[in-house]
Amino acid sequence: MKTVNEMKLSFPSKSCNEAFARAAVSAFIAMLDPTVSELSDLKTAVSEAVTNCVVHGYRRDSGTIHISGKITEDRRVILKIRDTGVGIADVKQAMEPLFTTAPEEERAGLGFAVMQSFCDKVRVRSATGKGTTVTLEKRISDAR
Amino acid sequence: MRTEFENGILTAYLDGEIDHDAAAKIRTRVDASAQALRPRVLCLDFGNVGFMDSSGVGLVMGRYRMMKLTGGTLRVVNVPDRLYRVFALSGIEGLGVLR
Ligand SMILES: Nc1ncnc2c1ncn2[C@@H]1O[C@H](COP(=O)(O)OP(=O)(O)OP(=O)(O)O)[C@@H](O)[C@H]1O
Ligand SMILES: [Mg+2]
Repeated sequence: MKTVNEMKLSFPSKSCNEAFARAAVSAFIAMLDPTVSELSDLKTAVSEAVTNCVVHGYRRDSGTIHISGKITEDRRVILKIRDTGVGIADVKQAMEPLFTTAPEEERAGLGFAVMQSFCDKVRVRSATGKGTTVTLEKRISDAR
Repeated sequence: MRTEFENGILTAYLDGEIDHDAAAKIRTRVDASAQALRPRVLCLDFGNVGFMDSSGVGLVMGRYRMMKLTGGTLRVVNVPDRLYRVFALSGIEGLGVLR
């Protein structure tokens, strides 16, 4: 499917950039004129993915978070959120609702469950010591 | 965020966007007030919250445990419909704190 727009972003893994990432993605998809709930779904999913890079991927260290975005002719938004942090040993287990490796930091273990419920597709590629890439895909309904 | 203390009830009026960054700040403030005032009920009012991700669920669960430790209770009130889906995924409804 033909790509009608693309973007790339890189920023340091500071928690203040979680809000920046949501705002940037909102601006990127504005051309599709999403509904309030479609916009809120994507913002929430992006927030989860970026927060995971900050909290888990880079833990106490700092690193760079990369987002690349694509909008296709058939109105699909495809976002890749990537870190080069610690990686995930068992992706299947990590994606189970309520599973968390950071309960003492008051994590609920819901990030992946939120991404899956708010997007059409979620793909996770990860290698320990190398990092994690989460791909989110959501189709925005036709122009009203 | 504004807080109010009356009849043993500490109410925190949350606002804006609750993500990991904001949740950490809210937690620090709410816990400091609770330590000082020892409320019987802690009430988190979500009426003016525009956005929330799973960090908001962690915030609620953490305050739930804190209040339980001191023999108090937690209430979560005025959750806007659009935020409800995140709470629904968490099973937090089972705790009986949502009003
Ligand atoms: N980018 C990442 N790098 C390394 N580990 C990750 C990454 N993303 C997720 N994980 C691992 O997967 C687990 C589950 O992630 P998920 O987002 O579902 O829950 P959480 O982040 O622990 O809690 P919550 O998102 O509710 O605050 C995490 O606890 C962590 O161990
Ligand atoms: Mg998470």
